[in-house]
Amino acid sequence: MKKAILALEDGRTFACQSFTGPGEASGEAVFNTSMTGYQEVLTDPSYRGQVVAMTYPLIGNYGVNPQDVESDRVQVAAFVVKEYQPVPSNFRSKASLGDYLIQNHVMGIDGLDTRALTLHLRNAGAMRVFISTEDTDPLSCVRKARAISSMTGQDLATVVSTPTPYRWVQETPVPLEGDFRRLSLAVWKQRGQRRSVVAFDYGIKYNILRLLEASGCEVVVVPASTSAADVRRMEPDGIFLSNGPGDPAPVAYAVQTIRELLGYRPIFGICLGIQLLGLAMGGVTYKLKFGHRGANQPVKNLKTGRIEITSQNHGFAVDIATLNPDDVEITHINLNDQTLEGFRHRTLPVFAVQYHPEASPGPHDARYLFDEFNRLMAGH
Amino acid sequence: MPKRTDIHKILIIGAGPIIISQGCEFDYSGTQACKALKEEGYEVVLINSNPATIMTDPDMADRTYIEPITPETIARIIERERPCAVLPTLGGQTGLNTAIQVAELGVLEKYGVEMIGATIPSIRKAEDRDLFRHAMEKIGLRIPRSGIATDMEQCRSVAAEIGFPIIIRPSFTLGGTGGGVAYNAEDLEVIAKAGLDASMISQIMLEESVLGWKEYELEVMRDHNDNVVIICSIENVDPMGVHTGDSITVAPAQTLTDKEYQQMRNAAIAIIREIGVDTGGSNVQFAVHPETGEMIVVEMNPRVSRSSALASKATGYPIAKIAAKLAVGYTLDEIPNDITGETMASFEPTIDYCVVKIPRWTFEKFPETRDYLTTAMKSVGETMSIGRTFKEALQKGLRSLEIGRHGLGADGKDPLTPPSFSEIEQHLATPNSSRIFYLREAMLHGISLPSIYELTRIDPWFLDQIRQIVDMETRIRDAGKNVSTSLLRQAKSTGFSDIQIAAIVGATEQDIRNRRSETDTLPVYKLVDTCAAEFKAATPYYYSTYETENEARVSNRKKVMILGGGPNRIGQGIEFDYCCVHASFALREEGIESIMVNSNPETVSTDYDTSDKLYFEPLTREDVLNIVETEKPLGVIVQFGGQTPLNLSTPLHRAGVSILGTQPESIDRAEDRKLFQAMLHKLGLVQPENGTATSVAEAVAVAEAIGYPVMVRPSYVLGGRAMKIVYDPEELENFTLLAIAASPNHPVLIDKFLEDAIEVDVDAISDGKVTIIGGIMEHIEEAGIHSGDSACVLPPYSLKPEILDEIAWATKSMAAELHVVGLMNVQYAVKSDQLYVLEVNPRASRTIPFVSKATGIPLAKLATKIMLGKTLKELGLTSERIPHHISVKEAVMPFNRFPDVDTLLGPEMKSTGEVMGIDEDMGSAYAKAQLGAGQNLPLEGTVFISVKDRDKPGALAIARQLCDIGFSLMTTRGTGAFLEKNGIPSRMVNKVSVGRPHVVDAIMNREIQLIINTGFGNETKRDGYHLRRAAIKYNIPYTTTLAGAIALGKAISAMKQKTLSVKPLQEYHG
Repeated sequence: MKKAILALEDGRTFACQSFTGPGEASGEAVFNTSMTGYQEVLTDPSYRGQVVAMTYPLIGNYGVNPQDVESDRVQVAAFVVKEYQPVPSNFRSKASLGDYLIQNHVMGIDGLDTRALTLHLRNAGAMRVFISTEDTDPLSCVRKARAISSMTGQDLATVVSTPTPYRWVQETPVPLEGDFRRLSLAVWKQRGQRRSVVAFDYGIKYNILRLLEASGCEVVVVPASTSAADVRRMEPDGIFLSNGPGDPAPVAYAVQTIRELLGYRPIFGICLGIQLLGLAMGGVTYKLKFGHRGANQPVKNLKTGRIEITSQNHGFAVDIATLNPDDVEITHINLNDQTLEGFRHRTLPVFAVQYHPEASPGPHDARYLFDEFNRLMAGH
Repeated sequence: MPKRTDIHKILIIGAGPIIISQGCEFDYSGTQACKALKEEGYEVVLINSNPATIMTDPDMADRTYIEPITPETIARIIERERPCAVLPTLGGQTGLNTAIQVAELGVLEKYGVEMIGATIPSIRKAEDRDLFRHAMEKIGLRIPRSGIATDMEQCRSVAAEIGFPIIIRPSFTLGGTGGGVAYNAEDLEVIAKAGLDASMISQIMLEESVLGWKEYELEVMRDHNDNVVIICSIENVDPMGVHTGDSITVAPAQTLTDKEYQQMRNAAIAIIREIGVDTGGSNVQFAVHPETGEMIVVEMNPRVSRSSALASKATGYPIAKIAAKLAVGYTLDEIPNDITGETMASFEPTIDYCVVKIPRWTFEKFPETRDYLTTAMKSVGETMSIGRTFKEALQKGLRSLEIGRHGLGADGKDPLTPPSFSEIEQHLATPNSSRIFYLREAMLHGISLPSIYELTRIDPWFLDQIRQIVDMETRIRDAGKNVSTSLLRQAKSTGFSDIQIAAIVGATEQDIRNRRSETDTLPVYKLVDTCAAEFKAATPYYYSTYETENEARVSNRKKVMILGGGPNRIGQGIEFDYCCVHASFALREEGIESIMVNSNPETVSTDYDTSDKLYFEPLTREDVLNIVETEKPLGVIVQFGGQTPLNLSTPLHRAGVSILGTQPESIDRAEDRKLFQAMLHKLGLVQPENGTATSVAEAVAVAEAIGYPVMVRPSYVLGGRAMKIVYDPEELENFTLLAIAASPNHPVLIDKFLEDAIEVDVDAISDGKVTIIGGIMEHIEEAGIHSGDSACVLPPYSLKPEILDEIAWATKSMAAELHVVGLMNVQYAVKSDQLYVLEVNPRASRTIPFVSKATGIPLAKLATKIMLGKTLKELGLTSERIPHHISVKEAVMPFNRFPDVDTLLGPEMKSTGEVMGIDEDMGSAYAKAQLGAGQNLPLEGTVFISVKDRDKPGALAIARQLCDIGFSLMTTRGTGAFLEKNGIPSRMVNKVSVGRPHVVDAIMNREIQLIINTGFGNETKRDGYHLRRAAIKYNIPYTTTLAGAIALGKAISAMKQKTLSVKPLQEYHG
């Protein structure tokens, strides 16, 4: 265990220790309140650039395994827990959390009052953080935190997006054969048997792909920068807009592409996907004070009146007031703070949610949305 | 949808007396439900036979029936009250079962009463093993495979189908007797045969073994819109095979990945939907195979439970309150979350701490029973503790248990010679009450974690946590007295108490405390807020931990701290929590901030809105002083929580804490033998001849001097622990050794035992100048039987007025002499018109709630106000209130849980709970108390009478009375001959020792409906034992005292004369 300092941009510092050896890390400090699912959190591309603190104090209990991943790598900038558990126990565990982080060159720290950190972020808002085992001067660490570029205005989706298209086959990514720059109808191997879905990767979670596949879709994942013309050449049955990290506003090219595709085929968006859709439909997004990150967010489905306990991970949101009610119907709202959780277009086959129906981690209450997407595609 | 307006009057069924597996958690849930429904404007009618509950306080419900919880009684209440609906899901299994019986009587239909919360079909579906199995199969879940067999042939074929190992459970036996695990066909032959013999109906169930699988529980809530949320997950440290009530458990689940947790969550939701619990809470238990992850459903309770009380306290989410609101039509998104104040109940709590629950057993009370844990619950209480690490929570929990331990060993209380390897192995392999301590011993002994896992099947994660605690112990030991500040801090956050650290480094507790304050190694207080700090918490519900940021919101108001009673145990139960809750209510009425400290999750006192602030903490000197230093209260109330806070009064006082009410010196004066005697002498009061001894030799000398029989007991214990009537020197020697061990450093007390005296209990209240009698209770059983175990009557029914005057005078004189400010309890014995003082306790007694309910005077509340400086006159209490009605309190015994224990009553308290019967006459009130306690009093049939020689003349009158009202008699030889000589015929039957057919055969053949059996001394002991055990097994009412028999006679006569009526408390005291 090596002593470390966690320094926030507003000057607050926490003495802690690294359980992954010496190192330094920086990013935006956020907290997640989910009591299970740390491996999914670590590998969720939406956390790119963020230093994630878990509010549940004991982390590492069940180790890590090869199945519970949401992308091909650990995405967080650093991982902060109250007490790291070095001896895991679970029938599927293959390694300890510490070893996993070391392998992925991501820093893990513990031994600090994570509740104090959480309260601080709740009151002061998400902010930049610098962590170091090397620099032992708190003031210097604070200065370094202030030097990090802010989350607002950063296009992180481009950074995490896949550089090349791939097919999702039996729960694994398979590179496209031949010249991947020439997207066309030829990418589909099960045309007619399964619905063809183009999934824009802004930082997509594997579980979305698993559920699309399980619901009867054949999925081709394309880079965030893929053009509307490329998509049209593939003639999909539906288009999926994925989750992803950071601020939607700077991802202007994606907004433009989506605008061009509105009405072409059914579109389903999740998380960053709803924010980009919102922007494409003329809305405005804003940064939440400390975001929604956890697996217990209550969402009300305004059509059925039913409550879904949802998994969420977002720091930005679409401002309901900026959406044109003539075009957009609000379908879901957050019961904690009344923020937007879902909408659909009144005339076009477009719907999206801010939360994560694919869960992972989190409750499975909202999986029905994948069936809705399929129904929508069947109707067009 | 808002609340229903088509119903306006709701009947709530309580859980009745506290028994093992049905504790005061149902007072907690029932109280929440009453409050929630009244808040919504419904008229609440309540039935509960347990007077020690807060829910039966006259202002909790509109109409409070303290009546036996039987279908007939409920039918009468329904007839009288005409409620629109009945809510049966908050009164434990008793409430649920009785509601079904009421429905079966057709009463609900007749009066158009709707059952809300759960329907009859859904209750049946959850409770009936076969219906449940089918329901689970329907939704693709699995429960352990099982089959029923009534002969060996069937056993073999069922076993062939299921495979080995296989669990054998005889149907209809008590306490799990006669069952076992068969690992092979050979075992099966032996165990199944024994099981068939043990079963009353020669039937056994053979079940697939899931022993050693990991055990989990989920608490689920559903509203009528079909919204379902999970409130809490719980993982058991002890794997399958130990009843969950007897398991150390932890929240949230620790070793499930999100994939497995969500699978379990989905299953729980599917189950509550399939069973059809429309609204409210349910509890689902799962077993998970440690190597394959296979999941099995163990059971489902379609009601609030012990676990839901725990889950409520662990998360801050009030399950029972929400369940009550859901039952009247609200949906989850319409009910606010009180803890945050800004969000709604439609979410899943997330916690940022670790909660550990540890059961409290009382095997020491039942030395005939082996201390091992099985699928039949044996614990009588529990503690909960909260920490930021599992290690901290576990050690806090262990020192909350009040078993004389201050953490996981290393506290100066470990055995002087470490246990041997085989001793350790044995204590690990067979689950028992001290297994957790043997885990530490095993590690110190060098046994590897994998070997410990093989022996215990306790998950390696938990074992590793224990290892970390043991490692820390070693590190502290290595550091010695010069332990560094940083190591000291680490030790504290690993949960080590000052006493443990002191014991390890060879210092005193105060040394470590000083060291901590010098180095600023102090605890901080964190909030329980349901949401892991995502929202601001509105309610101040705290736990301590060693972190950096303190969240305690210390106000400038005047404040008073109340120390609760800690875990329930025999001798200290719900009665004391009742008093603490009243203290809190009184403080609120006086505008003073109330601060509750307690570690018992089952109680009303630890509900988040009972007091202004709640500290969920161990009741130890260290932990209490820490809170005092943070809050700086005006004073501390120690006289309400039983012996636990009382024992803290002197240490706290010495540390400069102001004790409200009666001062510690007076408490000492009442406890100290010599000081007490001097006081009695001064007042001209008499006590039985007595002496003290610090050794066996001294004890023998004292006994010789005052003459046998003598009563022997240690000082400073509650509930008659290690107390015994001794008839000869040999018994005396053995017992004195035990008594010395029970209360070391204090002398053993030896009293002349007054045979056949009438015992009297008095509760009084004093403001320091004036003392008013709260109530005088005459015991039915003679002196020598612990007051907690005897039935008593208020007002007294046989004492002469002069004696009553003398009792009042003596009580007032002693209160004045002891400067009592608050409550006082005195026990007297009356023999041949002579009054003897047996014991004085200047504190709340077990009978305070009973007396308050009987007289309508809220004694604990008044006493609190007196402690704050009010006088009795100011409070309007100027004279004793003697009610015109008769109130009977009867004790409820746990003997059906302890198959080997003799049921004979004695000076050591054994009851777990109590019921109250109220009526206009003694017979009816006593009958109600008996019915409430579960005795099925017969109106006809045969009474078996066998009494010792001295009781024979007395038995004559009873025998005659029973004959007169149509009973026939069966007797043993001596009793029969005596009766015959006096002209009463009876059928004679052999004692067990004489040969078959004997009396136990007659019981098994259902030839006996009531048993009167008195007998002390050794020659009749074995005979009596078999008889009494058979009575328990076949649920035949019995009495072991003559006085009890007389009272039973009156009760049966009353029941034969008229139907027992029902009347609410509000009408008695109107």
